[in-house]
Amino acid sequence: MGNHSDGSPTSSDAVAKAGHEEVDKFQDPGLPPHRLRLADTDPKAAKRSERQVAILFGISIVGTLLFLFAYFGIRLDQTIATLRLQNTFLGLGVAFAMLGIGTGIVHWARALMPDHEVSEERHELRSEEDRVAAVKIVDDIIEETGIKRRPLIRNTLIGAMALAPLPAIAIFRDLGPLPGDSLHHTLWKEGERLARDPDGTPIKATDVTIGSAFHVIPESLNSLTTGKLNEKAKSVVLLMRLNPEDLHPSKGREDWSYNGIVAYSKICTHVGCPVALYEQQTHHLLCPCHQSTFDLTEECKVIFGPAVRPLPQLPITVDSEGYLVAQSDFHEPVGPSFWERS
Amino acid sequence: MSTSTQAQFKPKTSTGRITDFVDQRVGGSGILREFGRKVFPDHWSFMFGEVALYSFVILLLSGTFLTFFFDPSMAETHYNGSYVPLKGMEMSVAYNSSLNISFDVRGGLFMRQVHHWAALLFVAAVSVHMLRVFFTGAFRKPRELNWVVGGVLLILSMAAGFTGYSLPDDLLSGNGLRIIDGVVMAIPVVGTYISFFLFGGEFPGTAIIGRLYMMHIMLVPAMILLMVAIHLFMVVVHKHTQYPGPGRNDRNVVGYPLGPVYAAKAGGFFFIVFGVVAIMAAFFTINPIWNYGPYDPSPVSAGTQPDWYIGWVDGALRLMPGWLLGLPMEWHIPLPWGVNSLSLNVLIPALIPAGLVFTLLFTYPWIERWVTRDDREHHVLDRPRNAPTRTAIGVAGFIFYCVMWAAASSDLIATHFQVSLNDVTYWLRALFFIGPILGFIITKRVALALQRKDREIALHGRETGRIVRLPHGEFQEMHAQLDDYKRYKLVGFESPVPEEGIPNENGIVTKTEKRRAALSSFFFEDRVAPATPSELAAGHAHHEAVEAGEETKQVSSY
Repeated sequence: MGNHSDGSPTSSDAVAKAGHEEVDKFQDPGLPPHRLRLADTDPKAAKRSERQVAILFGISIVGTLLFLFAYFGIRLDQTIATLRLQNTFLGLGVAFAMLGIGTGIVHWARALMPDHEVSEERHELRSEEDRVAAVKIVDDIIEETGIKRRPLIRNTLIGAMALAPLPAIAIFRDLGPLPGDSLHHTLWKEGERLARDPDGTPIKATDVTIGSAFHVIPESLNSLTTGKLNEKAKSVVLLMRLNPEDLHPSKGREDWSYNGIVAYSKICTHVGCPVALYEQQTHHLLCPCHQSTFDLTEECKVIFGPAVRPLPQLPITVDSEGYLVAQSDFHEPVGPSFWERS
Repeated sequence: MSTSTQAQFKPKTSTGRITDFVDQRVGGSGILREFGRKVFPDHWSFMFGEVALYSFVILLLSGTFLTFFFDPSMAETHYNGSYVPLKGMEMSVAYNSSLNISFDVRGGLFMRQVHHWAALLFVAAVSVHMLRVFFTGAFRKPRELNWVVGGVLLILSMAAGFTGYSLPDDLLSGNGLRIIDGVVMAIPVVGTYISFFLFGGEFPGTAIIGRLYMMHIMLVPAMILLMVAIHLFMVVVHKHTQYPGPGRNDRNVVGYPLGPVYAAKAGGFFFIVFGVVAIMAAFFTINPIWNYGPYDPSPVSAGTQPDWYIGWVDGALRLMPGWLLGLPMEWHIPLPWGVNSLSLNVLIPALIPAGLVFTLLFTYPWIERWVTRDDREHHVLDRPRNAPTRTAIGVAGFIFYCVMWAAASSDLIATHFQVSLNDVTYWLRALFFIGPILGFIITKRVALALQRKDREIALHGRETGRIVRLPHGEFQEMHAQLDDYKRYKLVGFESPVPEEGIPNENGIVTKTEKRRAALSSFFFEDRVAPATPSELAAGHAHHEAVEAGEETKQVSSY
C-alpha cells in the first residue's frame, strides 16, 4: 500500500492520513445515554399504550368486517356509481384492516418493546489470509486446467462458445414474417372510396365544406375479415377542405386535391401516433403524442416538433357519382421511418 | 454423547418446545443465533427500500388474482358486459376481460387499482431508494455490486411496469405500443425485422399482448425476485449502513436487534404500506380503461400521458427537434444496394439520455473510487452536505431526468398554464442543457454553506435568542454550547483534500494520473474542514477576551 504516498499527509490512503489531524480531532463521545420513555417508568402510561395497541388491532377487525360487508352486501347493478361505492368500501375495509395491524404493531414496538440501541462489532468481510487463499485456489484451478499453456484449446473453446448461442437466436426466426414490401402498400388503390371512420359510409365531395375535417378509412376496410387493425394502422387518412388558393401544391401534385379538398396520411412520420388534431384557423395538424406540427398549406411540411418528413399525401379525385376516391395508393410508405425506407 | 445432552435439555415453554423440535431436525439454531438478534440501524430514509420490497409483494398478490380472470388473447369479440356505453362494441378478448375484471368481478376493480398503484409506488420507491443510497454514499466499498444489482432492479421494475401497462389493450396503452414500434423501427439495419418479430408481423398484429403477458407474469417477475434475493443476501453479508453520529463508526453497527423491535417495526410497516395502497385504490381512480375504449389505430385522445416512470424517455422524444438549424435529423444514406434511412430524430433521444444516465449510474462507484483512491470499507454514511461534489452531481443528474420527465407533459403544462406549447418546448430544450449545470453549481454552494453553518454551530453553539447588554453598552446574543454528542454529529466527518498526481516508479506523472489529479481537484477543491477541538478552545478564549464583532469576522474569514 502506497510506498509512493509515504510521508504525504494529503494522501487519502486510509489510516496513514491521520498524522497531525488525529490529535486535533474531536473524539467520539460514544453512544448518548439512553433516555427512558414514559412507558418505561410509569406503569399507567404503559397500560395506556397497551390499550392503544389493542384499539388499533380492534380497528383492523372492524376493517375486515367492513370489507366482507361491502363485498357481499353491495349488489352491483350495472351503474358506475354502485361500482364506485363498492370499490370505496372494499378499499376502506382493506385499508383499515391493514393499517390497524401495521400501526398497532409499530406502536407496540415503539412504546413497549425495549428501545435500547445496541452496538455490535462488524467483522471484517474477509481477512487478508482468506483473500490470499481464495486467490490462490482460483489461480491453482486455472493452472491445473492448463488453459493458459494450451492456446489451441482456449481459442477453439472461445470460438465454440461464441457460436453456440446462434441457435438460440435463430430459433426465434418464426416469431413473425419478414417485412417484405408490406410497409410500402396500403388498402388505397385507384377508385377506392374515401369513407368515414369508423362507420365506413363514403363521402361525397359536396359534403365537405370549407374548414371541415373528416377522419377517413378506405371503404373496403370494414369488409375485411382478418387483419383489419393492421390495414387500418396504415391507411387512416385526414380529409380537409381549404380555400384552393391556400394550398401551394408542388410540381406534379397540382391535381392531387379536388376543389381545395386534400387527404393526408393520419399516421405521424415520427413514431406513428395518429395526427388527430386539426387547427382550423392556422391550417396546422398537430400530433398529440409528441407535438410534431405539420403545415397543411405547405403539403404538411414539418414546422415544429420531432418529426422530419411531411405527412404523405393521398392523391384524390371524385368518381362519376360524386364520391371522393383515391387516384392511387400513397406514393411513399406511411408512418415512422425504417431502415429500408429510402 | 450429543444425544445424551439433547435428551437432558428439555425446553419449558411451548414456543421453546417448537423451536427445539425444529432445531433438532433441521438445525436452525445457527441461523437463529446469527439473525435472531442481528442489529439493524434505524432511520426514516431506510424505509424506501422497504416500501419497494413490500409493494413488490403486494404486486405479486394482486397480480396473481388478476391472472385468474385476465385473458391475453387479441382475438376479436363483441362486448357484452355490464358497462353500458361499450355494449356491442368490437374489441379484443384482452380488453374485454379487463373490462369484466373491472365491472363484473366483485373486487376486481379494486384489485386492478391496487395492482396499478402498487406498480407506480414500486418504481417510485426503487428510484427514491437509489437516490438515498447515492446521496449518502452507501454505494461505496463494499457495496458497489449491490448498487449495480439495484440499478438492474430499477430497469426491471420499469420493464415490469411497461409490459403490464400494455396488457389491457386499451386505446391509451395501444398508442404507447405504437410509439415503441416506431422507436424499434428506427433501429438501423435490423429495426424493421425486430418490429415484425416482436409483433408477429405488421403492427399491431394479434400476438403482442400474449407475448407481453408472458414476460409480465413470468420472465420479468422471476428476474426481479432473483435480484431481490441477491440484494437482500448482500445486505445481510454487509450489514446495514448507518448514519454518522456519536458511537457509530465503520467498525460497529448501532441499532435495534432484529427480534423483536426491528422485526416488529419492519413487519408492521408492510401492513402500513398495504393499507396506504388500499386507500389509494379505494379513492383514486387509476387507468380508467373504460373511458379510453378498445385500441384502434385511428383515434387518440389529447393530453395522453404514459405512466410516470416512462415519462422521461417519452419526454426526450418530444424534446428532440426533427430539424436542427435547417438540417433534417433523418439521414438518407446511399449504399451500394440502395438508399437507407437513419432516423436520428428518434434514435438520439431514445438511446442517448437513457444510455448516459444508466452508464453513469452503473459506473459511478468506480469513478469515485478511482478519483479518491479510497480503498477502505465504508459503513458510515455521508451526510449529503459533507460530500458537496457528489451531492451536486446527483442533483445535476436528477434535474436532467426531471426536465425530460416534465417534457412528457409539455402539452398539459401548456394548456394548464395557458402558455404556448412551442415556448414550453423551447424552454425545456434549453433547460435540458442548462438545468443540470445550474443545479450542480447551486447544490455545491448550498452544501458548502450548510457545512459552514455546521462549523459555526459546532464552534459557537446555537443561537438562543437571548440578548444581553454588556457593561460597556453593547448588545450581544447569547449562544448555547452544544453537548458533546450533538457536536460530534457536526464534526465527525472526513473532508478529503485534492491530490496532486503521484509519479510512478520512473518518476513520471502519467497522463492517467494527471487526469485523476484534475478530477480530484474538481471533487475536493472547495472544501470545508470539520471543526477541531483547538478551534473550539480558541473560540472559548475569544469569548472571554475579545469582543463579539471581531469574533464573527474571524469565523467568516475562514
